[in-house]
Amino acid sequence: MVVTSTTRTADGSRSGGLAAPQRRVADLGGRIFSGFSLGAGLVILAALAAVSIFLIIKAWPALTASGADLAEISWFKSDSLLGYVGPLIFGTLLASVLALVLAVPVSIGIALFISHYAPRRLAQSLGYVVDLLAAIPSVVYGLWGALWLLPVINPVFTWLSDKLGFIPLFADYQAPAKNIMSASVVLAVMILPIITAVTREVFLQTPRLHEEAALALGATRWELVRMAVLPFGRSGIISASMLGLGRALGETMAVLMVISPGFLFSFHLLKPGQHQTIAANIASQFPEASGLSVSVLIATGLALFVITFVVNMAARWVIARRKDFSGAN
Amino acid sequence: MSLATATPPVPTRPRSLGRGVQTSRRRLPRWAPWSILGSAILLSLAVLTLADATSVPSVLALAAVVYAGGITVTALVVEGPRWAKDRLATTVVIGAFLVALIPLVSLLWIVVARGLRLFSWDFLTTDMVGVFGSMTTGGVQHAIVGTLLITAAAAVISVPIGLLTAIYLVEYGRGPLARAITFLVDVMTGIPSIVAGLFAFALFTLFFGPAYRAGIMGAVALSLLMTPVVIRSVEEMLRLVPNELREASLALGVPKWLTILKVVLRTAVAGIVTGIMLAVARVIGETAPLLIAVGMMTKTNTNLFEGRMATLPVFAYNEYSKGGVGIDRAWAAALTLIVIVMLLNLIARFVSSKFAPKAAR
Repeated sequence: MVVTSTTRTADGSRSGGLAAPQRRVADLGGRIFSGFSLGAGLVILAALAAVSIFLIIKAWPALTASGADLAEISWFKSDSLLGYVGPLIFGTLLASVLALVLAVPVSIGIALFISHYAPRRLAQSLGYVVDLLAAIPSVVYGLWGALWLLPVINPVFTWLSDKLGFIPLFADYQAPAKNIMSASVVLAVMILPIITAVTREVFLQTPRLHEEAALALGATRWELVRMAVLPFGRSGIISASMLGLGRALGETMAVLMVISPGFLFSFHLLKPGQHQTIAANIASQFPEASGLSVSVLIATGLALFVITFVVNMAARWVIARRKDFSGAN
Repeated sequence: MSLATATPPVPTRPRSLGRGVQTSRRRLPRWAPWSILGSAILLSLAVLTLADATSVPSVLALAAVVYAGGITVTALVVEGPRWAKDRLATTVVIGAFLVALIPLVSLLWIVVARGLRLFSWDFLTTDMVGVFGSMTTGGVQHAIVGTLLITAAAAVISVPIGLLTAIYLVEYGRGPLARAITFLVDVMTGIPSIVAGLFAFALFTLFFGPAYRAGIMGAVALSLLMTPVVIRSVEEMLRLVPNELREASLALGVPKWLTILKVVLRTAVAGIVTGIMLAVARVIGETAPLLIAVGMMTKTNTNLFEGRMATLPVFAYNEYSKGGVGIDRAWAAALTLIVIVMLLNLIARFVSSKFAPKAAR
C-alpha cells in the first residue's frame, strides 16, 4: 500500500532514463525507506494505544473497588472515586486556565516585539534567550516559585485582598502565598517561553509580500500587524496556546512545590489549602503508595490523560475551523 | 521605547503629492516619547510620594500607565487616530516584553546567585554516599551520570522514530492513516509528563513485578514525551523546504528516497538538529516521571536496566523537600542542570549555523 502510493510520484522521475540495475537499487531503497517511515508512524499508534491500555489495566482495581475498600487508604477522604477526582480536576483546570489567561497576551506581545518591533540584531539574541528559557527545567521554576516568588508576590496579594477583598475571588488571603494564584503565576511563567517561541516562529513566517503590501498602502506598524501578521498567525497562536495549556495541565513540580493542597471546589484564589492538581497530587502521594492506592492514583492520571485528550481535540477543531481564514497557503 | 521610535515603521513617505493633497501628517519628534516617559516617571513619583506609597515597583507601574495614556493622547492630538493607535500598540507590546523580563531575569539571577554557594568541582564529582544531617559535603556526580544516561537512552529511542515519522507525514503520508498519525502526534504532544511516568511504571511493573525500578523506565517515559516534540519540529522544518527543490531533484531523475535524503534532509538539517536538541533539552529537566519511575539513589548506578538511578531534577526536588542545607544543594543542582541545558543549546546553535544552507531571508 505504501509502495503504490510512493512510487506513483517516483515513477515520473524514473522514466527519465535510469539504467535497469540502477533502477532496481532505487526501487529497493525507496521501498525500504518508505517502509521504515511508515513503520515509525505505526509505532506512534501503538505507543498511544499502549498508554491507554496499560493505564486502564493498572487503574482497573480502583475503578471497580467498593467504597469500603477505598476508605482504607489513609489519604482517601471521599466516599467514591468520583468524589475524590472531582476537586482535583477542578483544581487542575482552574490553575491551567488562570495561567493561560495570564500568559497568552504577554506572549503575543513578546513574540510581536521580537518579530516586528525590535531591531534585527537584538531580535536574534532575544529569540535565542526565549529558546533557552523554554528549556529551563520545571523543577527550577518550582524552586524559583517557592523561594523567590512567594515573598515577592506577598504585598501584591495583600493589597488585592485589602482593596478588592469584597469580591469572593480575592477574599481571605493569608501569607505565605501558597495559594492557587501563585501556582498559576509560576505556571504562566513556565508556559510563556513555549507560547512565545511558537507564535514568534509563526509571525516571522508572515509572507513578505503581505507585509510589503500593507506598508505600501500606508499602514502604520500596528495596522501592518493587525492586517498581515495576526491573521496569518491566528491558527499558530491558538495551537501555541493549546500547547501551553497542555503543559500547564500536566505540570507537576511547580504546583507541587508552591501550593498548599486542599480538596475543595473553591473560587477563593488567594486562600491557601483550597486546591490541588491531579499531577501534583500523584507526585506527592505516589512514592509512599502501594497496592490499591497506586491504582487510585493511576485512575486520577487516567482522568488527566482524558482531559488533555479532550483539550487537544478541541484545539484541533478550532484550528481546522480557522484555517480557512488564516491567510496561509 | 527608542527601539520603536528610532526606526520609523513606514519607509520614507513622500512629503506631499502636490498642493492641496496632504499625504504626510505631522509626526512627533523623536525626543517626544522620551520626554513623555520622563515626565510620566516624575509625575508618578510625585503622586506616590504625596500618597506616601513610594516603592520602585509601584512607581514603575504607575509611570507605565501614565506614559501609555500620555503618548496616546499626544499622538492623537498631533498625529491623528491611526498613529495614536500605533503608538499605544507599540507601548503595549514593549510593555509586555518588559513585564515578561521580570520573572525571567530574576529566575536566572537567583539560580546563579544561590547556586554558586555550593557549586564547585567537588560538588560535581562526589556523590551522596555517607552524607546526612547538615553536612555540606556531597554532590551530584551520581545524578549527572543518571540524567545523561537516561536522556541519551530516551533520545536513542525517540530520534529515529520521530525523524522517520516526520518524513512519512511530510513526504509519503496521504489519506486517513497519515491524518490519524498527525492527530495522534498532537494528542501525544499533550500527554502530561506525569502520565508518561505512570505509563512507564504500569508497563514495567506489569511485566517485572511491582518493585521493579530502573533507569530504562524513565527513558521510556521521557521518549514518550520527546517523540512528538521531535516529530513536530522536524515536520515543520521539512515543510519549510521549498517544493521547487524536490521537483528539481525529481526532474533530474533522482529517486524519491534519495531526494529526501540528499536534498530535503540536507536543506533542513540545521532546523532538524536544533529541534532535536531543544527536544532533548526539554526532557532532560523532566522531574515528575523520573520521581515516579526511577526514584532516587545515593550512589552512581550505570546500569540502565537494574535498580534506581539518581537524576538531577529529582535530586534537586528531594534536597529541596529536605530543607536546611538541602536547599543550597537544590540550587546548585538546578544550576548544574541549567548549565547542561545551555551547553546543549550552544552545541545546537553551533551545529545549525555551521550546516545551515544560505537562507533566503
